[in-house]
Amino acid sequence: MIRFEAASKTYPDGTIAVDALDLVAPSGQITVLVGPSGCGKTTSLRMINRMIDATGGRILLDDQDIGKVEPAELRRGIGYVIQHAGLFPHRTIIDNIASVPIMLGRKKKQARADAMELLERVGLDQKFAHRYPVQLSGGQQQRVGVARALAADPPVMLMDEPFSAVDPVVREQLQDEFLRLQGELGKTIVFVTHDIDEAIKLGDQVAVLRVGGRLAQMATPAELLSNPIDDFVANFVGRDRGYRALGFEVVGALPLEPEPTVALSSSFDQAARAAQDGWILVLDDARRPQGWLAVDDGPAPGSEAINPVTLRRGGTVADVDGTYRAVLDAALSSPTGRGVVVDRDGAFAGTINATQVVELIESRGVAS
Amino acid sequence: MAKGGGGAMIGQVFSWLTDPAHWRDTALDTGITTQLLAHVRFSLIALGIASAIALPLGLFIGHTRRGTFLVAGANALRALPSVGLLVLLTVMIAPHFHGRTDIGYVIPTEIVLVLLAIPPILSNTYAGVDTVDPAVTDAARGMGMRGRQVLFDVELPCSLPLILSGLRSATLQVIATATIASFVPLGGLGRFIYDGLQQQDYPQMIGGGVLVAALAVTADLLLALLQRVTVSRGISGRFATKGDAPAGPIEGAITRVEVEAG
Repeated sequence: MIRFEAASKTYPDGTIAVDALDLVAPSGQITVLVGPSGCGKTTSLRMINRMIDATGGRILLDDQDIGKVEPAELRRGIGYVIQHAGLFPHRTIIDNIASVPIMLGRKKKQARADAMELLERVGLDQKFAHRYPVQLSGGQQQRVGVARALAADPPVMLMDEPFSAVDPVVREQLQDEFLRLQGELGKTIVFVTHDIDEAIKLGDQVAVLRVGGRLAQMATPAELLSNPIDDFVANFVGRDRGYRALGFEVVGALPLEPEPTVALSSSFDQAARAAQDGWILVLDDARRPQGWLAVDDGPAPGSEAINPVTLRRGGTVADVDGTYRAVLDAALSSPTGRGVVVDRDGAFAGTINATQVVELIESRGVAS
Repeated sequence: MAKGGGGAMIGQVFSWLTDPAHWRDTALDTGITTQLLAHVRFSLIALGIASAIALPLGLFIGHTRRGTFLVAGANALRALPSVGLLVLLTVMIAPHFHGRTDIGYVIPTEIVLVLLAIPPILSNTYAGVDTVDPAVTDAARGMGMRGRQVLFDVELPCSLPLILSGLRSATLQVIATATIASFVPLGGLGRFIYDGLQQQDYPQMIGGGVLVAALAVTADLLLALLQRVTVSRGISGRFATKGDAPAGPIEGAITRVEVEAG
């Protein structure tokens, strides 16, 4: 557990970067610091491993005042991931990852073997082991940065905008894998970002800081969306708060409607006969939804079969355990207005329309 | 084959260089071999002293960002006229030494050469450490490396291309300028140049120049080899196969740059 007790950072010229911050980052959870630039989020993070020393108050790491620990010693027990990865350009990937264990005196051979495992753990092929950072893409470098921080198995990780320098598609992959990894490792993580969507996606709790280094609100993502404490937080959290908040609540029992379906291998005539309102849902052999077939589109040219080219594949598919947001989106994105819901194996379970989802939302009884 | 004065001169220079008698010492003359070794010795001493001063200083200034004025000050040394300084120092120092020793001439010569070699080594070493990606040193400190480890395990290997290129340009300058040792009565390859000029023996004079150039090129090749062996491929960007090579230009892969600051 990391505890800020009225921690402050004032620079000699009088600039206040962090102003009497009180904050607790619980063990085994992800605490995200988020805020506009100049809010002191990075300064706060760097105060934890004493890359910046607090000028007032104190910071406790597992009840020990970090101000009393020698900085290099303190940092060796804390994983540190930064925006541009900061890999050592002169070392191979495997040696980058093994940096801390080797520094701590572990045998090189053992450290490299462990590094090899970590490489896979962060989703990189072992063929990268003997390459140099310059040969890797930004996203791959960032994975290596995470692996390097994990190498000595520190209980605490500090991450300073680790995913903000990669493109959105890669960022989303990295975020998902980061959450999967954290599910396995359960580290105490403090994560800095300027991106509120990233904060809401990753955080177990989110601390919103305002310019001048003051804490505006500390809350779970759902609470932040449903109950921002003031205009600053509300504005920062942004639009569609009501809709986004639905992404944190699992619906539970879904009143699913049956829907006629056909297999992809069926003939077009069979499909057309079974259709409802001119639409028929096509499944594969494992009963996984493949798309909606419009009867008006006709069969595949020159045959009696279903034309896979004209299948409408655009709609999202919700899980039976899905959130309100996922289920509503499935309904809204379906060309028929009937949202497709699948079971845990991905097999078709039933449909639900937007009106039904909205009724569920209105009757869910969560007041706020 | 040889046509006209120029062609004839090339032939004469060639025969001067290839005449075995010119390479041996005789009772009257010192041969090429001895002068070559003397030249190498002057140069190595100067480069050794200059490196011993400029390398640690450059690393310290780059690592701590303190004392950068020293780099600008050292660069001002480049403006000193070598021969003029040599004469001045010889006049000041030589009278203090008597007897059968040439130390009174060696010291001024080495001072001039050291002053010449310090600026490129110092400014390149400083620039090398100074230009290491701040994210890299931040990560190094953040993982718990101490100042010394950051310097020797990260900053030094990352700045090696620039440091070595500073050393290479210092070497070229020292070897070329060590000819002035013969201006005060010392040995070295400059002997042939000064004597040839005085005796209007132009094949000897040009031959001496060719030898200096050949020595400089050889030394540069050796240092290039050293650079190839010591600089990590991750920095030099030399990869075995094209498929492994990075797509774009390599950031921070400076192979041969001399920084002339100040």
